[in-house]
Amino acid sequence: MKNSIAGTLESGDIMITIGPGEGLQVELQSTVAAQFGRQIKAVIVETLEGLGIQDATVQAVDKGALDCTIRARVTAAAVRATGKDVWKD
Amino acid sequence: MMFVPGNNPGMMADAHIYGPDSIMLDLEDSVTMAEKDAARLLVHNALKSIDYGDTEMVVRINPLSTPYGKKDVEAVVKAGVDVIRMPKTETADEVRELEAEILKVEQEIGREGETLIMAAIESALGVVNAYAIATASRRMMGIALGAEDYSANLKTNRTPGGAELLLAREQIVVAARAAGIACFDTVYSNLDDMETFRKEVELIKTLGFDGKSIINPRQIEVVNSVFTPTEKEITKARAVVAAIKEAQAKGSGVIAVNGKMVDRPVVIRAERTIALAVASGVLKEEEVL
Repeated sequence: MKNSIAGTLESGDIMITIGPGEGLQVELQSTVAAQFGRQIKAVIVETLEGLGIQDATVQAVDKGALDCTIRARVTAAAVRATGKDVWKD
Repeated sequence: MMFVPGNNPGMMADAHIYGPDSIMLDLEDSVTMAEKDAARLLVHNALKSIDYGDTEMVVRINPLSTPYGKKDVEAVVKAGVDVIRMPKTETADEVRELEAEILKVEQEIGREGETLIMAAIESALGVVNAYAIATASRRMMGIALGAEDYSANLKTNRTPGGAELLLAREQIVVAARAAGIACFDTVYSNLDDMETFRKEVELIKTLGFDGKSIINPRQIEVVNSVFTPTEKEITKARAVVAAIKEAQAKGSGVIAVNGKMVDRPVVIRAERTIALAVASGVLKEEEVL
């Protein structure tokens, strides 16, 4: 796995930086961390596990992203990091 | 039909709040090559999760001739999109190629035949082949003009009056009507000139288009106000439809309303006025006779 980024810092988005690690470690910065921090982290972990990724370090900077946006950005970062696409060639 | 860039999650989440009839999430021109993968995932996840209500959901994919097109089809069909908009369509064969790709994905997920196709016509060759394109597949729901690429292809520029687009617009309306599908006009991108925009919407309504592509929620009100029939038009249309129903009940073929003979084209126009009034929300379904 190489270090990769997906997403932006625009409102409604989330920027995901992913790299090698042991186990799944998620560090989150969010304006809504107090209310939704646990849920955002859960969506990130669930998405990575769904892609079969057990070991990675993730830094997430959230700007109020919906769950579907979090899933999309985590998947995009993971695909870029591993080179394994979720779509057929 | 409101265009929304496919790599902007904030705009994608809010677009339906403004009440467009349909939303077109764009994976093509508004997304850079470096972000095609991320936009495809965003659009896929948004379609699966965001409740867009009754809004018709369209996705403009990249051409199948690019490395992105087939993946776009897989991603949006798997997410249950209503309509795939095919850019830069020039021949009926291209439509059939897209149809085969869609079918492959639909068969994989057991959703056969549900995804419709809209073809954007954006070149002289596309305009020449408009009818063949419009009739290339049973999935075709409409054809649309893409004027920026078309005027570049014609070696001219867009003008406020739109003289350069006249033949393409008429050809697209005629082809759509002959094929029994819908037709949509191109975008108008100067948001500071709402007066010219209104004139353009009035023109394309007169030409026979079913709707207009827009790039900003501010344009919705103008399109709706031009396409919504006036109270006088609705009253007249209802009188015509009522009279024809009464005549049919009596077994009479010819009718008159307010002393004027009403023949079949008048009835067809009246029915379209009522359908537009219902679609615009100024007439309720139960108020239609």
